[in-house]
Amino acid sequence: MGEGYMAAMPTNGYNWVAVWRRNYLAWRKVALASLLGNLVDPMTNLFGLGFGLGIIVGRVDGASYIAFLAAGMVATSAMTSATFEAMYAAFARMDAKRTWEAILCTQLTLGDIVLGEMAWAATKAVLAGTTIVIVATTLGYAAWPSILYALPAIALTGLAFASLAMVVISLAPTYDYFVFYQTLVITPMIFLCGAVFPVAHLPSGFQSVAGLLPLAHSVVLIRAVMLERQADDVAMHIGALCMYAVLPFFLSTALFRRRLMR
Amino acid sequence: MSTPAIELTGVTKSFGGKNVVDRLSFAVASGECFGLLGPNGAGKSTIARMVLGMVPPDSGNMTVLGEPMPTRGRLARARIGVVPQFDNLELEFTVRENLLVFGRYFNKSAREIQALVPALLEFARLEGKADARVSELSGGMKRRLTLARALINDPHLLVMDEPTTGLDPHARHLVWERLRLLLARGKTILLTTHFMEEAERLCDRLCVLEAGRKIAEGEPHTLIDEQIGCDVIEVYGGNPHELSAVIKPYARRIEVSGETLYCYAPEPEQVRVQLRGRAGLRLLQRPPNLEDVFLRLTGREMEK
Repeated sequence: MGEGYMAAMPTNGYNWVAVWRRNYLAWRKVALASLLGNLVDPMTNLFGLGFGLGIIVGRVDGASYIAFLAAGMVATSAMTSATFEAMYAAFARMDAKRTWEAILCTQLTLGDIVLGEMAWAATKAVLAGTTIVIVATTLGYAAWPSILYALPAIALTGLAFASLAMVVISLAPTYDYFVFYQTLVITPMIFLCGAVFPVAHLPSGFQSVAGLLPLAHSVVLIRAVMLERQADDVAMHIGALCMYAVLPFFLSTALFRRRLMR
Repeated sequence: MSTPAIELTGVTKSFGGKNVVDRLSFAVASGECFGLLGPNGAGKSTIARMVLGMVPPDSGNMTVLGEPMPTRGRLARARIGVVPQFDNLELEFTVRENLLVFGRYFNKSAREIQALVPALLEFARLEGKADARVSELSGGMKRRLTLARALINDPHLLVMDEPTTGLDPHARHLVWERLRLLLARGKTILLTTHFMEEAERLCDRLCVLEAGRKIAEGEPHTLIDEQIGCDVIEVYGGNPHELSAVIKPYARRIEVSGETLYCYAPEPEQVRVQLRGRAGLRLLQRPPNLEDVFLRLTGREMEK
């Protein structure tokens, strides 16, 4: 962690924007397909589980099950869109497409690239998450002002999961290794973090584990704004998500340096 | 004399216990074309990456455009253009979009970049192709676009890693012509190549590398004169060892590589006389080139 590590850090607060804009330009060419692909899955879950299970479950935490679930689906789709973008697409740009290699020949640093990729993945999370909020609000499952308040929570969720995914791709030798992260980390989080049923129904040991996981914090925040409720410990939840966004960033930049610049 | 564009002093780099670059020193003056010539695995690409600050040396000192590397690599790279060994253009983007996206990495505004595009496309002979997708371009066009892209920041120094590898002869000549134009405009070029012809045509000076070590350095023609200094007769067919015994008295030096016998002869006619009348031989007399220098210095042919 000497001078070389410092040289790989972001140079300033805006260099990453060029990387974001590169990804945005590429996305614009396939925007419609990409939007549909990102939305169909969470919508299916929301309506399938919401209506179907909703009949059996009745009201949860004082709200209809579908309204309860909507917030969970917003957080989950923010998590998965950021994760998948940062894993598969960013890995391709780092590896097979040699996009990062080209960028590293310019005055941008590795840190600038990682920041740009994270910001882009968070943007995809915002797109996916916000659309679900809008649909839920239109159908009367959430209040209109919640869109405004949900936005920063969704963006922060996106950044946190993009940051974690960056660590995964900095270590993964090939695409095949992503499945471990998906099945052992991402999928269990959906069930542990209160996205589909309240954390309070988990055994106490699992509840304490859930308290450490990033998705739990984002579910609490997003559910509070969508159901117009007062959440406890807002600062703690925001702080936890910020930690998940910031710390893995430094770790992944160091790991990328070891991987790409030796 | 101003400070050198690139200066390496005793630079060593090893991967997995093997020295890829071994106590290498050289300096590239501003405005010159300096070649790194050697077979695959000689360490050329590693040196190019070190010059860009993308590989930290294990020991030794490097400065590029006055900046110590790799610590201030970012500042140096702002004034360097790079043509990498493997194309890394954006295949889904158009030619214009490629330049736009790349210009933004240098903090240029879209307007500034659009103003540069016509001249860059003209330079790269891609005038009618601004809105063509890169995936539709030929190999030679892609290389020229990579070259145009490398010029977007008006660099002082160009680092080119095997710029014409994989191109057909016509496309290669077109790239060479463009590179000479850049030299005429005062750019400095660091070029890695395993093409002797490329090195001879373009480089003011070059450094011959083998296994990460410098085995010769100088102007191409001086090197050829010093190391060889006479015509070469290549002899194909026959038993090279038997033939070499026959012509030995008339040759300054004889090298056998594979099935070819290289005879370095100040008086080639004498050698021809000795070999006259032997069936199945084919003789080729030619002026010496860098290939001979390499063969002389390493005892083996450069792999193509």
